[in-house]
Amino acid sequence: MPRVTYISAKGDVREIDVPVGTTVMSAALKNGIDGIVAECGGVCMCSTCHVFVDEKFFDRLTRANDTEEAVLEIAAVERQATSRLSCQIKVTEELDGLIVRLPEKQR
Amino acid sequence: MRPGTVIVGTGQAGFQTAASLRAEGYAEPITLIGDEKQIPYQRPPLSKGFALGQLDFESIELRSEKFYQDHRINLIVGKRVTRIERAKRRVRLESGETFPYEKLVLALGSSNRRLTIKGAEPEGIVYLRSVEEAVVIRDCLKNANAVVVIGGGFIGLELAAVARTMGKAVTVVEALPRLMSRTVAPMVSEFFRNLHSGKGITVICGATVAAIEGTNGNTRSVALSDGSRWPADVVIAGVGVVPNTELAQTAGLAAANGIAVDEFLQTDDLDIFAVGDCAEFPCAFAGMRIRLESVQNAADQAQHVAATIAGRRSAYRALPWFWTDQFEVKLQMAGISHGHDRTVTRGNAESGKLSLFYFKGERLIGIDSINRPLDQMMGRKLMSANIPLTPEQAADESFDLKHLAHSVGAAQH
Repeated sequence: MPRVTYISAKGDVREIDVPVGTTVMSAALKNGIDGIVAECGGVCMCSTCHVFVDEKFFDRLTRANDTEEAVLEIAAVERQATSRLSCQIKVTEELDGLIVRLPEKQR
Repeated sequence: MRPGTVIVGTGQAGFQTAASLRAEGYAEPITLIGDEKQIPYQRPPLSKGFALGQLDFESIELRSEKFYQDHRINLIVGKRVTRIERAKRRVRLESGETFPYEKLVLALGSSNRRLTIKGAEPEGIVYLRSVEEAVVIRDCLKNANAVVVIGGGFIGLELAAVARTMGKAVTVVEALPRLMSRTVAPMVSEFFRNLHSGKGITVICGATVAAIEGTNGNTRSVALSDGSRWPADVVIAGVGVVPNTELAQTAGLAAANGIAVDEFLQTDDLDIFAVGDCAEFPCAFAGMRIRLESVQNAADQAQHVAATIAGRRSAYRALPWFWTDQFEVKLQMAGISHGHDRTVTRGNAESGKLSLFYFKGERLIGIDSINRPLDQMMGRKLMSANIPLTPEQAADESFDLKHLAHSVGAAQH
């Protein structure tokens, strides 16, 4: 099972084995990672599952669509070059080792 | 031990109040009680992916069961609170148990309005609010050929889209002259009417149900006021909701169209708050008292009350926003467009990309967007920060909304 590492704004590190096809957002919720709020439930309507993807992995992700790009513009912590909504990142075998950093606030 | 906070209702608003209290550093006990049997779950997917059978319960849980243990939230499901004993500062359950509180948050939600024909409630109509009802609908749809949906609002249209996607013959009946007329302008109603018709759904507006006919509660037809008859193995009604106010009213709290709260979301008993579908509040953005049924409203009000209880009291000012998914189209809405006197557009219906900006005088009060998400998000930013956008700027595609919204952000920081 691919492993995803979540690093909180304070620097706490959590490694989670995520079934293929699960989103980085829902794996976080299921495993009690508090830095992901996911208010809209993963339909790209809010920005509360914002993450900063480690540069090594960013280019391996399917590109963000227009809706995600727009929603990233309203993130509580300003978006950076590798910002994504974790509800839009589906875990694959190729993403094993993925590292995401969480912003200090989501709302 | 202090009694802490008791939250009644395990929907989005109740869940979020508990979660946000802990996120705010609140250390006292939290008791979250609801009459639904399940742990808190998301309602929006019930009329979309869940009804289609694409999602199971686990994938719509708001958090796993462990979350409540980890955060010391005493979650009590399947139990009904029947009374608030304000003098003793405790709630009483149907079982007779009582729970004392220092602060009480009412997140009671709303109930489906039932369809009546000549004063009577016809049998065999299905409604959607709970996951249990969603399971019933999902199972009925599997075996149905013809489906009649009564009510052309968000829920009705989302379920109609689900049924059609499953290959059923679908008829939508709306009493008013156009779809979603309570919320959107005629241009948007028209867009969605065309969408549904184009997918093969029969959309009938301006007609009411005269009778539901059938034998042994099985294959039926729905007779309309215009004399037409439509076959139906399943009749689904989505004809609005009524707020759950009874518990508050019997405790002597003011409630009419929802439990009356002030700008701090406090009832006339300052230790009792109301949030979400059940609360009627003074909306700073709309400038009037309203009640909203949405995830945004539930979550933002819950978060706000949690902050207040944790010691950061302020007036509630969040901008309302909404969405609906029908077939492959997502309609995004922000603000409260009720009372507008002018609309301007960006894009057009023919291209399938359209934003409608609602103005009251010179003030932008709402935006509906179809496949133009940047308009929507920038509109949210502008309206939240109360930054003026003129109708001329809104209509001018070369005017950069993002630039304006970002200049605002820079000015605020």
